[in-house]
Amino acid sequence: MAQITGDKAPAALGGTAAARPTVRAAESARPGRRPLNLAPVLFLAAPVALYLLWVIGPMFYTVYMSFTDSDGFRAEWIGLENYRQLFQDDTFRSSLWNNVRWLLLFITVPTAAGLGLALLLNNNYPGVRFIKAGIFSPMVLSSAVVAAVWTWMYFPQDGLINTTLAALGYGGKRIGWLADPDLAIYSVIGAAVWRQVGYVMLIYLAGLKNVDPSLVDAARVDGASPWRSFKDVVFPLLTPVTVIVVVVSIIDALRAFDLVQLMTQGGPYDRTNVLGFMMYEESFNYYKMGYGAAIAVVLMLISMTFIFTYLRRMLKDELEY
Amino acid sequence: MATTSLPGSGAAPIFRPKARRKFPWRAVVFYAVMIPFVLIWLVPIFTTLITSLRSMDGLRQNGPWSLPESIEWGNFREAWNQGGLSRYMANSFIITIPALIGTLFLSSLGAFALARYKFRGSLLIYFTFVGGTLLPYQILMLPVWRLTNELNLYNTYWALIVFHMAFQLGFCTFVLRNFMRTIPGEIFDAARIDGANEFRIYRQHALPLSLPSIAALATLEFTWIFNDYLWALVLVQDDKYKPVTTGLAQLLGEYSRQWNILFAGTLIAVVPTVLLFMFLQRYFIQGLTMGSSK
Repeated sequence: MAQITGDKAPAALGGTAAARPTVRAAESARPGRRPLNLAPVLFLAAPVALYLLWVIGPMFYTVYMSFTDSDGFRAEWIGLENYRQLFQDDTFRSSLWNNVRWLLLFITVPTAAGLGLALLLNNNYPGVRFIKAGIFSPMVLSSAVVAAVWTWMYFPQDGLINTTLAALGYGGKRIGWLADPDLAIYSVIGAAVWRQVGYVMLIYLAGLKNVDPSLVDAARVDGASPWRSFKDVVFPLLTPVTVIVVVVSIIDALRAFDLVQLMTQGGPYDRTNVLGFMMYEESFNYYKMGYGAAIAVVLMLISMTFIFTYLRRMLKDELEY
Repeated sequence: MATTSLPGSGAAPIFRPKARRKFPWRAVVFYAVMIPFVLIWLVPIFTTLITSLRSMDGLRQNGPWSLPESIEWGNFREAWNQGGLSRYMANSFIITIPALIGTLFLSSLGAFALARYKFRGSLLIYFTFVGGTLLPYQILMLPVWRLTNELNLYNTYWALIVFHMAFQLGFCTFVLRNFMRTIPGEIFDAARIDGANEFRIYRQHALPLSLPSIAALATLEFTWIFNDYLWALVLVQDDKYKPVTTGLAQLLGEYSRQWNILFAGTLIAVVPTVLLFMFLQRYFIQGLTMGSSK
């Protein structure tokens, strides 16, 4: 049996209670010093192979495809031509803008609403867990369900919102929630926000559990108003949670696809188009797969900037262990 | 909000009397605000429920806010049989269960190795898994679509099973690895001294000890795989193999503006995830926060 370099070394040295693996200890595990350990290789072989084949490999392959003119099977190298075309494409510009709108609304509205709700619901009143469950429940619905429900909500003639407005006496003109070029994208984002808020609330509720109540009490004793004690004590303590919420929201916003595909198909006139849907259309409706790949690469580069911030933070935590 | 209702709070806004008042103003205000809020929040769900039970004539005549004139269970029958929901639901399970088991098993293997051994590149592997889960799906779409074609998996259950199994490895490995790192190494070392080989340590110690987090992960992953729309759209074309998400989209087209049947189908489609959520809510929430608040 191969030598195990696991938690044995620190335990043998000091018999520390929680023998955590450390990165520094990894240095002592260099192949030169100890026999090569086969166990991790065997454990990791299948998952790593599968992941490389279906996730990491495809990522690189898409980058390659973006430099080609391709129908998916045969491909001809055309260099930066796809990108040159892309930056002159009005649909691209409009989709990119919609992604930006989606992103800005996603990092503000669900974050604020989720935090607010978490603060309100962070108590032990009887029945509060049903309230939480109610707010959170849209999260378990698939986007197909959300789209079906909200398509009806927004429907101009017999949709729920317009009939309700009419019943309340505001029925003057029927609002085309998904047809009005200026309004449609916000309607789609609204449905997405409805599903997102509960998730953000949950993350904040978990974060609030780690906030030491005595700190808040101390602030109160010092005469801080509830708002001040939130602003100066609670919110700063929640910063790591907020970072995660914002990064997750950005990634979700850049993944926007399902609701657009289901509710508007990008219309009217690309006014609800997003890069994710544009990429799908170019690739699978027009078979311009090289072009689609280029859109995907742009999308990835945008999310990469955020993914890397997130990973850097995680890496710092790992190295501090 | 609550403090403004306290008498005398206008004069000394910051000062909060220590002795609790008898009448629970805060609780009253809390319920008075939150209960209507939740009811409004869930209006889309309530109205869907009511609409699924009524006839289209009733809906047209009396509007969505009226109670159903008669209970039309036939809507559900229609969605289930003619709408094809029976097929789609079965497909969803055929796809989700093996993908779920596969991804949990493989990720627990990988997570065990990443948590227990120190070797060069272990952090790299870990971060590759984490980074991969954060990618926009579009960057994988074309090669994955092509790969399923080359492997003759396109338009079969296997395309979705294998892809979900592979893609979800990222998140599962992330969660399980971090959980397994909290298991004291002495447990594994003791087992080793007792002569257990590495695979037995994994199976008899690491796996059972990780069961709570695996359960949490399983509820979450079930929901994600079951609710997937995008990959079902890209990798499966035939109605015979469509899961309930793309199936529902099909219904959306076929029964356009027949809201009652459409919503009957919608409600059938959400039964599995809603049941899961109702009964395993704790696990579900644990899973979500585990992944996010590491």
